[in-house]
Amino acid sequence: MNPRRTTSILAVLVCVLATGACGGDDAGDGGERVLTVYAAASLTASFEELAERFEAANDGVSVELAFAGSSDLVAQITSGAPADVFASADQSNMDKLTAEGLEGSAPEVFATNTLQIAVPPDNPGEVSDLADLSDEDLAVVVCAPEVPCGAAALALAEAAGTTLAPDSEEQSVADVLGKVRAGEADAGLVYVTDVIAAAGDVLGIDVPESDAVVNDYPIATLADSDQAELAQAFVDLVLGEQGQAVLAEAGFGTP
Amino acid sequence: MRRTGSEGGVPRWILLPAAAGAAFVLLPLLAIVLQVDWRAFPALVTSEASRDALLLSLRTSTASTLLCVLLGVPMAVALARTRFPGQSLLRALVLLPLVLPPVVGGIALLYTFGRRGLLGETLEVVGLEVAFSTAAVVMAQTFVALPFLVVSLEGALRTAGHRYEVVAASLGARPTTVFRRVTLPLVLPGLLSGSVLAFARALGEFGATITFAGSLQGTTRTLPLEIYLRRETDADAAVALSLVLVVVAVVVIGTAGQGRVRR
Repeated sequence: MNPRRTTSILAVLVCVLATGACGGDDAGDGGERVLTVYAAASLTASFEELAERFEAANDGVSVELAFAGSSDLVAQITSGAPADVFASADQSNMDKLTAEGLEGSAPEVFATNTLQIAVPPDNPGEVSDLADLSDEDLAVVVCAPEVPCGAAALALAEAAGTTLAPDSEEQSVADVLGKVRAGEADAGLVYVTDVIAAAGDVLGIDVPESDAVVNDYPIATLADSDQAELAQAFVDLVLGEQGQAVLAEAGFGTP
Repeated sequence: MRRTGSEGGVPRWILLPAAAGAAFVLLPLLAIVLQVDWRAFPALVTSEASRDALLLSLRTSTASTLLCVLLGVPMAVALARTRFPGQSLLRALVLLPLVLPPVVGGIALLYTFGRRGLLGETLEVVGLEVAFSTAAVVMAQTFVALPFLVVSLEGALRTAGHRYEVVAASLGARPTTVFRRVTLPLVLPGLLSGSVLAFARALGEFGATITFAGSLQGTTRTLPLEIYLRRETDADAAVALSLVLVVVAVVVIGTAGQGRVRR
């Protein structure tokens, strides 16, 4: 074919690819500073609220929040994702970060969470305590031992001296909650904060032994952040009075 | 290879984007191979959890492919060989799982066949409970794989045309005989490639399964679910199992390709 035409088509292609690759950097427009916060999915409501307050208190700053499972977030950060702050739902994922030397400040525990039994509002399985979750006839859903909520569920069962008989070991708390919400499961083990966030879609049943298995939420700024001061200010907000009040409202315990 | 000589009037510049496209697909596969920890590989892929997941995947994918053939062949024939009002709308709806995110499919299945779903109580009365069972996995896979078989077979039926069927019928063959002796043999290659596509899609099914069937070793945790879970704690195992899944998929598609060339 016509070689000149070929070249121009290629040139267009290269342009498209190049501008596509460079177009992502529009964060600096209007002199606004963007603080990127990576936070565990269970923190969604609380951190959205705190981000709003942070933006209100700091002119020209906008907070970008990324929520996902803590292990996903760590994987993204260790492969170079541009985050300024990381709030993990468990210690072990924060440890993965510090093992790589990626923390800018020493991690501090800012909240705790405990497990609760979640059942559909009409409680069809007539579940009343943890021992019921070893009933083979009930549809019981927990997290897989490989993920933090599953490890906590195992520890809780051990503390209570029972063995769970799960029909499914899910990938995340959201999956467990989804199965209970749909009435597919008679009972599931989730965090207290998940039951509160579900706002009546599921019923929470306290487990007396849950105090034995407390999940710590650590937060840290990241070494690669180019706005360390701003990142630290956000961490301070979370650790401070305002942050603690918002978190308590969502059902988190104080460290 | 024989048929793809460049003398067919293909502009040469087209090879460049074609090569870029091929590299885009093949490089990630190569990256998996390079990432595998070969010394630990045998132990990683032969662990009990891995074997359970692989066997479950093969069993459920086979079952769902059979279901796809049983349901999909009549569907394709009805779509290609009959005319009725609303046919094109129905076709579009039936093919919906092709473009639907599998998670959405899983949610839809949950509210249809789940315990509190549309048909859940009816099923419970009959004594069928699909919640958290292997049957639920097969249903999820069939739901997402069925359109693949219907599309390929309908295409094959349309391409084949119905001249031979008309002749057979004019010679006195009953519709069932025509279907069995003329239509089916005629579109066998299309049926085969459709089945392979359906099997491959079932093998890779993730979203609908985890949403609808749950995840329990040996019962509902297929290979893709196992890979996703292992990623949490053991990246090496996840990579090793990913390679197993790629190899199985390549073998399946390769076998089918061979079968077609020989015809």
